[in-house]
Amino acid sequence: MHVVVITKNTPDTAANVTVKGDGTIDWGSTLVVNPWDEYAITEAVLLKGAHNGTATILTVGGEEHSEALKHGLAIGCDQAIRVWDEALAGVDSLAYAEAAAAAIRKLGDVDLVLFGREFADTATDQHIYQVARKLGWTMLGSVAKIDAIDFAAKTIRVIRQTEHGAQTVSSALPAVVSVLKDINEPKYPTFIGIRKAAKAEMPVWSAADLGLDASALQPRAQQLRYQTLPVREGTVEMIEGATAQEKAAKLVDKLIEEKVL
Amino acid sequence: MTQGALVWIEQFQGRAASASWEALGAARTLAPDGPVIAAVFGQGVGDVAQEAIRRGADTVLVADDATLADYRFEPYVALLAQIVQERQPAFVLGAATVAGREVLAGTAADVGAGLLTDVTELSLEGGKLQAVRPVIGGKALSVEAITADGPQFATLRPRAFPASEPDESRSGEVVALSPALSEDAIATKVEATEARSGTVSLTDATIIVSGGRGVGGPEGFEPVRELASVLGAAVGASRAAVDAGWIPYEHQVGQTGKVVSPDLYIAVGISGAIQHQAGMRTAKVIVAINKDPDAPIFKLARYGIVGDLFEVLPALTDELRRRLG
Repeated sequence: MHVVVITKNTPDTAANVTVKGDGTIDWGSTLVVNPWDEYAITEAVLLKGAHNGTATILTVGGEEHSEALKHGLAIGCDQAIRVWDEALAGVDSLAYAEAAAAAIRKLGDVDLVLFGREFADTATDQHIYQVARKLGWTMLGSVAKIDAIDFAAKTIRVIRQTEHGAQTVSSALPAVVSVLKDINEPKYPTFIGIRKAAKAEMPVWSAADLGLDASALQPRAQQLRYQTLPVREGTVEMIEGATAQEKAAKLVDKLIEEKVL
Repeated sequence: MTQGALVWIEQFQGRAASASWEALGAARTLAPDGPVIAAVFGQGVGDVAQEAIRRGADTVLVADDATLADYRFEPYVALLAQIVQERQPAFVLGAATVAGREVLAGTAADVGAGLLTDVTELSLEGGKLQAVRPVIGGKALSVEAITADGPQFATLRPRAFPASEPDESRSGEVVALSPALSEDAIATKVEATEARSGTVSLTDATIIVSGGRGVGGPEGFEPVRELASVLGAAVGASRAAVDAGWIPYEHQVGQTGKVVSPDLYIAVGISGAIQHQAGMRTAKVIVAINKDPDAPIFKLARYGIVGDLFEVLPALTDELRRRLG
């Protein structure tokens, strides 16, 4: 079996970002593997271990995303591939999906493609569903648990979590799956893993390697600028009172005045 | 030539997702002269179709079929893509729910369209959609625009746009559609659905009561739940409380949990780390209850109470029970 996990680097979520006067953004930290992807990468490694297969970690992006690939190698992925081409700079989700899908087709024997829930920096997930469409594969999104998977019979059963509750879905493989935090406890790199990853060869596939011409990578949407959050106006009004009952009564009065009750 | 707007109306077990009516309202704003077309997929969804007309659709395309009874990506995307190809709407909108994000993204891929996801503001610049969207977990905003010709797609963050109000006097046409895929052509089968019972979904909630590290343990969520129950509110939590195992992850509000936008957010025993603020700062009124008067949450709150939550919460619950009847 062959599982592919697709990742990238994102700024640390604990960092303070700063929007500058010219509409650009300072992400305020070194890059780390996209936090949502830690679960997807761990799941890929667990699956390949349990089913004696191969796990490939793949990114579509520049050199700065190599660290995410090394993170995957360090916790047990077998190979890392970076897809990059000048033509991919600043593309939208659909062109990204074209490139990722072409790379999966080039790998050839893939049974399962895993993603984390979304990219933490751009807060986008549409590339995931668009990869499934470009491959013509089943999409199983927001998966909290892979309940059963049989690579020989090419079947999978998962539990999806949505606003409406839980949905148990079975499907044929190959499939694209996006995972939630519930799915596992992320693995962290070991010292030996990090040393092995540092020495690994990471091939870079260009648009030409993937048979993609410029028209397939034409963006249909673009990012224009960043803005700071609007400041929340007003200051806090502290509710005072001799007893909890008195404070509670005063607060309820205020909330009725605000028309939120 | 594209014209009008198409809105995908999400429904679950015959009830429309309230955020879909927000998308329908936005569609009318973007295409005031219409036609505004609503698409409803499911089984036994006639009432949802009628409600779509009352809420502003000129035409409702209804695909009522067993293959569409439960949400599945493949048959929903195939059908919506077929509708977009036939009708050529200028705009295709939906709610940025789990299903809405999947269906509109898949459809945009099929028809080769640009998509703006989870937007909180929408405008038109030279006939092209321009949107504001929160990024990096709500710590900054990004302005993005569609550049391609043809149908333009956007998903709207729930509770960021006003819902269209129902008008009993409106009329419109209901058109029945057949599914695009037969059951044999669909690889996924839904084996079981466990609907969320009794509790309000965080993203739809008008009131949320959230507990943090200050509640002290799983039993500390009891007074939080009681207050939420009196208010008809959803129960949220900070990451600290979720990581401690006091409450399941699905309740987590913040950068690595859910982003919410209720009318009233009551933060109980939550210090207010920047990652938590990112998930709730767009709430209309924020109330902070904390024993530490220096907790950062008070800087964001409209009202604050310094005190022991095990005294303040029961008092507040009693007071509300008395006043709200």
